[in-house]
Amino acid sequence: MTQSIAGTGVPVTSRASWREKLAAATPFIVLVPSLVATLIYVFLFTAWTIYISLTKSAMFPVATFQGPKAYFDLWANARWNIAYNNLFLFSIFYVLGAMGVGLLLAILIDQRVRAESMWRTIFLYPLAVSFVVTGTVWGWLYSPDSGIQMLVRSLGWSNFNFALTTSKDTAIYAIIITGIWQSSGFAMALLLAGLRAVDPDIIKAAQIDGAGPFRTYTRVILPTIAPIFIAVMVVLLQFAIKTFDLVVALTAGGPGLSTTFPALYVYDMMFQRGQIAQGAAAAMMILAALAVVLVPYSLWLVWRRRREASNG
Amino acid sequence: MADMAVANVATFDAEAAGARRRWVAGRVVIYAILVLFSLVYLMPLVVVILNSFRDLPEINHNGLIAWPRSFSFDSWFQAWGSYCVGGTCQGVKGNFFNSLAMTIPATIISTALGAINGYILSKWKFKGSDILFGCMMLGVFIPGQLALMPWAYLLGKIHLTNSVYGLILIHCVQGVSFTTLFCRNFYVNIPDDLIKAARIDGAGFWRILWKIILPISPPILIVTVIWQFTGIWNEFLFGVIFTSGTQQPITAALVALGSGGLTVHAYNVASAAVLIGALPPLLVYFLGGKYFVRGLTQGAIK
Repeated sequence: MTQSIAGTGVPVTSRASWREKLAAATPFIVLVPSLVATLIYVFLFTAWTIYISLTKSAMFPVATFQGPKAYFDLWANARWNIAYNNLFLFSIFYVLGAMGVGLLLAILIDQRVRAESMWRTIFLYPLAVSFVVTGTVWGWLYSPDSGIQMLVRSLGWSNFNFALTTSKDTAIYAIIITGIWQSSGFAMALLLAGLRAVDPDIIKAAQIDGAGPFRTYTRVILPTIAPIFIAVMVVLLQFAIKTFDLVVALTAGGPGLSTTFPALYVYDMMFQRGQIAQGAAAAMMILAALAVVLVPYSLWLVWRRRREASNG
Repeated sequence: MADMAVANVATFDAEAAGARRRWVAGRVVIYAILVLFSLVYLMPLVVVILNSFRDLPEINHNGLIAWPRSFSFDSWFQAWGSYCVGGTCQGVKGNFFNSLAMTIPATIISTALGAINGYILSKWKFKGSDILFGCMMLGVFIPGQLALMPWAYLLGKIHLTNSVYGLILIHCVQGVSFTTLFCRNFYVNIPDDLIKAARIDGAGFWRILWKIILPISPPILIVTVIWQFTGIWNEFLFGVIFTSGTQQPITAALVALGSGGLTVHAYNVASAAVLIGALPPLLVYFLGGKYFVRGLTQGAIK
């Protein structure tokens, strides 16, 4: 590849031109190691995983080709269907919850409150902490014998029930609440930056037209920052699809299989149950889910940029 | 918004008084909601901090969420040096140092590479460099699960399984897409004329990097370092899969400690261990908060 860069058509005649060519090729040569590593990581690793998903690999990767059988097995597996349903349920509530709370906090902080940076610091610190720490601590708080339930009961409401993580039907909501707690500060930070960037003249114009605060927000401000809503949503959806640490630390997928997620399924198949091909197939499904979110988003970004370019 | 309403109707005293009252009521509601949410956000942190200083019998008796009636540093010493995690009784100190030994080199290397790559992809573009940049950016989105088998094979081949060096390699390769993206988006805004002028004066690739680019880079380098440091420190998937026992980073050790089987939870020691694991990124966050937020916004929007 270096030759095609250096080979600009000028014949090599003297040492000076050699040195010039070396100088001209320096940027490319310096870029090569990162480039090769990233391209291997992105393309070769993906192709590799696709290939493994089409083989009979069980405990160890083998080269015996068996076609898309692992994908059929995957979708026939009850456990995988639980994982996928959980992902849908979690994504919807987590994204809407984090964005709702984030928007509320952003609007409140935008009302020229005192000690703004203090509020921001409080709402955003969970994001600096790992999902492992968050999951572990919230797991304790949900524990009926020592956490929130015990506290409220000791205050006198002796029939109070708050034992989300101990029931198969409710454990997923414990994960959703914890996820919202961790990520709503992120939504707040981005939406607040968006609110601050809205042209004050538009807001003034709306107020002169007699719009109250509520109408000003719903009709003028929020529509102008719609692109930020979509960006936040896409990032949160990515978090949701990759969810692993939080669940492992909080419920470890239980009780039973009730809070298993696609990312946990991959780990389990590859490293616990010796069904590598199916694990690889599940990993491809995670990639597919990401693509469903990211490809339309990228196309939309490109479309918007073109439209702006043609209008402006 | 509310104070503008005040200005508009100030001519009528009665109305002004009403508006004033509404404004005060609005303020009260705003601060009440903010305080309420702050309590929810701070509660887990406060609970863990308090419990790390309480005695276990007292915690078991009064519950996790209670005002401390005992005080000692014992849990911290145990968590750091003598508590049993995954079969060895040396606390999490070894895991803490593993995490440091992994995070610091991986952060420095990936940031340095990202800065140079960003400089090349914005100021030394060549034919096809934009396409290559696009391909590199795919690395930001690839889920870790997709790379597990290939990494397992590769690390086995080069004898880096169950080693901090293997994790450093993984984090450098996976991080370089992000750091390149950050730095390139920053350098793109530096006027090309500055570089052209320097080239006319005879400065080459390295000289321009050293004399022009680096001196204006601190803002983006701080953002990138903070982003990489917290991200790598907090990473769990690769740590738990490719290392075991004494080689594990702290995130993996915390999960091993949290799910320690059927024994009664030593909440006080576990609380101290969790805080030890959370402290470095929290420190980075509180010290460099402005840059942390800037990294978030850039990472999300671009």
